[in-house]
Amino acid sequence: MNKWIIIGAVLAGLLIVAPGLIWLERRLLALWQDRYGPNRAGPFGVLIVLADTIKLFFKEDWIPPFADKKVFVIAPAIVAISVLMSFVVVPFAPGFIVADLNIGILFFLAMSSMGAYSIILGGWASNNKYALLGSMRGAAQMISYEVFMGLSLMGVVIQVGSFSLHDIVEAQKGMWFVVPQFIGFVIFLIAGIAETHRLPFDIPEAESELIAGFHSEYSGMKFGLFFVGEYLGIMLISSLVVCLFFGGWLGPAFLPPIAWFVLKTFAFIALFILLRASLPRPRYDQLMDFGWKVLLPLTLLNIVITAGIVLMNESNPMR
Amino acid sequence: MEDLGPTELLQMKFGARLPDGQEDAFIKQSTRDGIITLWMPLDNSVQILTFLKTGINHPFLLLFDITAIDERSRKKDPDYPSSDFTLVYVLFSFGRNSFIRLKVALKGEYPAVPSITKLWMNASWYEREVFDMFGIRFDGHPNLRRILMPLTWEGHPLRKEHPARATEMGPFRLFDEKQDREQAALQFKPEEWGMQTQSEDSDFMFLNIGPQHPGTHGVLRIILQLDGEDIVDAVPEIGFHHRGAEKMAERQSWHTYIPYTDRVDYLGGVNNNLAYLLAVEKLAGIEIPERAQVIRVMMCEFFRIASHLVWYGTFAQDVGQLSPVFYMFTDREKIFDIVEAVCGGRMHPNWFRIGGVAQDLPNGWQTLVKNFLDYFPKRLNEYDQMVMRNSLFKARTVGIGIFTKQEAIEWGATGAQLRACGFEWDFRKKQPYSGYENFEFDIPTGNNGDCYDRAWVRVEEMRQSLRIIEQCLKNMPEGPYKSDHSLTTPPIKKHTMKDIETLITHFLNVSWGPVIPPGEAMSCIEATKGANSYFAISDGNTSPYRVRVRTPSFAHMQMISYISKGYTVADLLSILGAMDYVLADIDR
Repeated sequence: MNKWIIIGAVLAGLLIVAPGLIWLERRLLALWQDRYGPNRAGPFGVLIVLADTIKLFFKEDWIPPFADKKVFVIAPAIVAISVLMSFVVVPFAPGFIVADLNIGILFFLAMSSMGAYSIILGGWASNNKYALLGSMRGAAQMISYEVFMGLSLMGVVIQVGSFSLHDIVEAQKGMWFVVPQFIGFVIFLIAGIAETHRLPFDIPEAESELIAGFHSEYSGMKFGLFFVGEYLGIMLISSLVVCLFFGGWLGPAFLPPIAWFVLKTFAFIALFILLRASLPRPRYDQLMDFGWKVLLPLTLLNIVITAGIVLMNESNPMR
Repeated sequence: MEDLGPTELLQMKFGARLPDGQEDAFIKQSTRDGIITLWMPLDNSVQILTFLKTGINHPFLLLFDITAIDERSRKKDPDYPSSDFTLVYVLFSFGRNSFIRLKVALKGEYPAVPSITKLWMNASWYEREVFDMFGIRFDGHPNLRRILMPLTWEGHPLRKEHPARATEMGPFRLFDEKQDREQAALQFKPEEWGMQTQSEDSDFMFLNIGPQHPGTHGVLRIILQLDGEDIVDAVPEIGFHHRGAEKMAERQSWHTYIPYTDRVDYLGGVNNNLAYLLAVEKLAGIEIPERAQVIRVMMCEFFRIASHLVWYGTFAQDVGQLSPVFYMFTDREKIFDIVEAVCGGRMHPNWFRIGGVAQDLPNGWQTLVKNFLDYFPKRLNEYDQMVMRNSLFKARTVGIGIFTKQEAIEWGATGAQLRACGFEWDFRKKQPYSGYENFEFDIPTGNNGDCYDRAWVRVEEMRQSLRIIEQCLKNMPEGPYKSDHSLTTPPIKKHTMKDIETLITHFLNVSWGPVIPPGEAMSCIEATKGANSYFAISDGNTSPYRVRVRTPSFAHMQMISYISKGYTVADLLSILGAMDYVLADIDR
């Protein structure tokens, strides 16, 4: 019974916060760009979210006549579902987790790979050249960055000796992993941005080149799903960074654990938005070069060094 | 040999060779602008142009403009050669720092002339434009299609028999057959654009960038032939923004045409006024009082900064940086506050007048200008940090869209495009107008001719503009803001109630508009985007007989297919962004 309450709370929380992020992003961007942002509907303009949602719901559910109808409908669902599924393994507080799988990290990696399908299928089914170009870029980008994303976590896994996110957070009581695993953290963050295809890695939808990239043909709630999927993705990556490198719910006792978790997560969400406000977009091939020629060797090096130190410590008889 | 002018050289080379040995192979025409103007025989036109480009010291390397004049209803001087149409080539020599205008007299309803597309790369669009506007055919042109008007358009707009107003044409009706015909004309056939659908090892994808696309900053269509994401060919299609600015000149009075010029390069504001008025004032022989000149220079430089700020922000946005555009538009707003205080208007101030400016500067203008001069340089340094020194921005622009000085000249590129190739050429310095010779400023140049250098040149130009504005502020002369010449419009009213002659002149100039004495004159200014020039022809009437607007963006856009081959779609956006074009400046 308790399980159902947790599932309900997580789902409700995510689905309320994700659209709320749209407001947060617009307000923060506005703050950094010397303008007001949405400030009319409700206090500080928060009700813009409601207005946007209503607008999306009541838009004509349009499927272009030249599109592949079934795939066109399925694609946006995949992104939302796969990201929501990943939250299953995220520990929000001690015991506040949907399922503490002993392969937690692997489950997350598997689910986030599914996200690539929604881009490929959405772009392909739209039968539009811009969408196709966007989805080709997106597929290449996500597949390459998944490689380092997985590998960058291995340092943490080696140190803890477990794939369970719950165990990983518990293991950070002495020191957050951002210190010993700094390289892993940086690479995971970069790969995470690429995975959620946010600026500066928004190459699949680069608006000045590809209009809206893979979701050019989408409108109404199907577009809304892509949109919510993107924000869920930001939340997912932020909460994972917090769990893996910043001690999850751990923090001084004057705040409850869940509050620490939420605070840290929002700090990273704000970082995502700040990146969008400040950086230009590299070219597709530059992104690939950077991934394979810089990040991959660094990741491998990180794993080798971590493994070496762990081995040394274990063979040390003094321990 | 060295010291000989082009006229003597041409006489020596071609004068004796004409079939009947006539002496006047070249008829010299005197014009108000002092530019050498020669009528050349049609038969030898290509050889003559080749000789001027390749056969002389300090050759005329730049094909500045090709245009035509419908002479059929012009009131001509007796010694003006008779022709139905006149084709005008304008060349420029950097070595001599001078223009030459070569005219060819054409007879008949739809005359034909040999094409010079083999001689100059950029002749292609100019010849297409003349064909589109006048129906003059160019034999040997590889792709002689309409360029500004729709393919299904009937008639050639700049011919005198073509109506200038919609009310002179029948009511518009779109029958089903007509709609089908129009849509069939829009059908994209790669062959018509000189593109293949496949190569030996791959099928090409054709991608329409535009006419509705966030990256083109206006209604521009570029057809891309793609192999993966690599550009095999890129062909721009223009004309969506064509509003017939040249045709409108023929129905407006000399004075009421000024607002139309504002809208040609709509970011350049009063720079357009200036280019037009310099030509008109040459025709009228008006000397501009010193104060008016300095006011003009100051406002032009403000608009140069405003235009460059729009370019700066949108360029950063084109490569994916979302924030700078907001900061830069805020700064542009500060310039517009000054413009508004001075002119009343903002983007289209319509503020220069024949013989001066509309009003004197308002009280307290010094404070406004001073505040801006204190405020802006710091911001520019911040932008350097934010944009120009950003490594991702550099990765997107360094080494992209390179062309050399020779290529730039071959394609008629001017302004920052030319200076980025390391060629120090600025018409403000080399052929000063409106008193620019009295100001101290440098001409920034680049080295590599890539997108980054073009950006750098423009950023430095803003700093130089600030220097000029500061000098205007410090040395603003006293005196009238308008000339007391009788053709100054609106005329000075002071003496109207004292003698009848002045009253009559004033009445006529206000009710009909000024009658500009017959003649031809061209101006050439360094506008925000490059060399902007107005060629005004008067046959002694209240409205121009013909006004030709030569804009820099037209020449620059033509280069696209040449410089973007082999780059990717993302690079094309960098190239377009660094070009700084305005669609109205291309299509007029």
